[in-house]
Amino acid sequence: MDFLLTAILQGLCFAGIALGIYISMKIFNIPDITTDGSYTLGAVVSAVLFTHGLKFYYILPIVIAAGALAGALTGWIHTKLKVNALLAGILVMTALYSINLTIMGRSNLPLRDYSTVFTRLRFLPDPNQNALLFALLFVAVLTLIIGYLLKTDFGIAMRATGSSETMIRALGVDTDRMKIIGLAIANALTATSGYLITQLQSFADINMGIGIVIVGLGSVIIGETLIHWFNINTVWKSLFTVLFGAVLFQLVLAFTLSIGVNANLLKLVTAVFVLLIVSLPRLTSKTA
Amino acid sequence: MIDLVNISKTFNAGKPTEVNALNGIDLYVEIGEFLVIVGSNGSGKSTLLNIIAGNISPTNGTVALDGRDVTNFPDYERSRYISRVFQNPLSGTAPDLSILDNFRLAALRTHPKGLKIGIDDGFRYKVMEKLSLLGMGLENKINQPMGTLSGGQRQALTLLMSVMANCKILLLDEPTAALDPRSADIVMQTADKLTHDFNLTTVLITHNLKDAFTYGQRIIQMAEGRVVHDLKEDQKAQLKQTDIFKWFS
Repeated sequence: MDFLLTAILQGLCFAGIALGIYISMKIFNIPDITTDGSYTLGAVVSAVLFTHGLKFYYILPIVIAAGALAGALTGWIHTKLKVNALLAGILVMTALYSINLTIMGRSNLPLRDYSTVFTRLRFLPDPNQNALLFALLFVAVLTLIIGYLLKTDFGIAMRATGSSETMIRALGVDTDRMKIIGLAIANALTATSGYLITQLQSFADINMGIGIVIVGLGSVIIGETLIHWFNINTVWKSLFTVLFGAVLFQLVLAFTLSIGVNANLLKLVTAVFVLLIVSLPRLTSKTA
Repeated sequence: MIDLVNISKTFNAGKPTEVNALNGIDLYVEIGEFLVIVGSNGSGKSTLLNIIAGNISPTNGTVALDGRDVTNFPDYERSRYISRVFQNPLSGTAPDLSILDNFRLAALRTHPKGLKIGIDDGFRYKVMEKLSLLGMGLENKINQPMGTLSGGQRQALTLLMSVMANCKILLLDEPTAALDPRSADIVMQTADKLTHDFNLTTVLITHNLKDAFTYGQRIIQMAEGRVVHDLKEDQKAQLKQTDIFKWFS
């Protein structure tokens, strides 16, 4: 029961990455690998600010700004310097490794002796339930903001940028600017995941972001499979399935560990699991 | 309305693959004029249209729209004046968005896209009303993704979307090339009707000589980046379809 709760909590904390990848990959059709770096950036910035005793309510806006800056940089390199999106993301991610290390000054920063949002904001006496409630509220607010944004005129233009670039340029939208803003939003969301996770596990580590993009990708792909199965075409339901994907993804991993699979094999299991979700719908639809 | 002065365009200048697509074109199109451009492949007519739209900037010369020099404006800034229908019926609409969302963007062509929800019941009703004019039964499918419609339907909708916002210039780049004869007729008749009803300045590129004969008040033929025939209203009225065929022999 306990591992279920932890898995759901982790899944909620990874909702930011899932929503971020949903925006960059599904809405803009851009494979954005900046994620690995901006997730760690979010974690590192939070950890450093918490250990320096900054008022805790200032920290989230700074984390969001840092993530947005990283995403905007990838967007700028991709659109203005005409670099392939994948390469632009890899470049920024690589550069962020050094930046993260410089910000932290060391490779690992424990937060055990400092108070975090999970200890500061107390709604329930049980710390696990309290954390879950906070994460739920956090994700709900995040989803509401993104859902509203996608319904606005600006949001429709965002969605059209990934769907038909010729059309939306002919309708007066600067697609370069749109992509920069989109990647900024995506990576700001990713950074919020780093912010939550680093407080949940009470440390920031320079290597915590390696391969994290697969978490977002897996969540979005689970979500997309559901979207296809149930013929979902509204913004709200799509966002919800992506969140559901994020939680399910963590549950599967927790289940794998609980049946005694060696923790060293976790990344392999993750990769195989994502491969399964990607390929299963295609294989079944071919035979059907 | 459209004033092109001494427009030249050279692709790959200085390389062995150098192409002079346009050689000093002067063209003035009046308000409300329906201009048809014909010419064989490589004659420069698509380049000319792209220079008016702003997708390509000319090597030399100036472009003015509605009395304003827009030579240095990118395509998305010229959208204030211009609506476009593309040769590929899939280019003019966003397939993943609903019909309603597509029309919302079209209605905002001349405006910034802001952070408020602009689709309300009034707007929905307006779109359904426009769609019913087309007689395709699409007015009950406004929440359906655009990608589920046929090429002909999407091309007709692109045309309709062009007059959702204040529009002065309509650029039609072989709009019927990929359509079956019936859809092609609907698209051309809709374009003709909109040009009349909204007093649009329309430029049509076509390889269909029957369309070139039937529609428009003025016809020009291009060859090797120059205008070789230019027939105004009364001259075009006297023109026979066989005369246009002779231009190409």
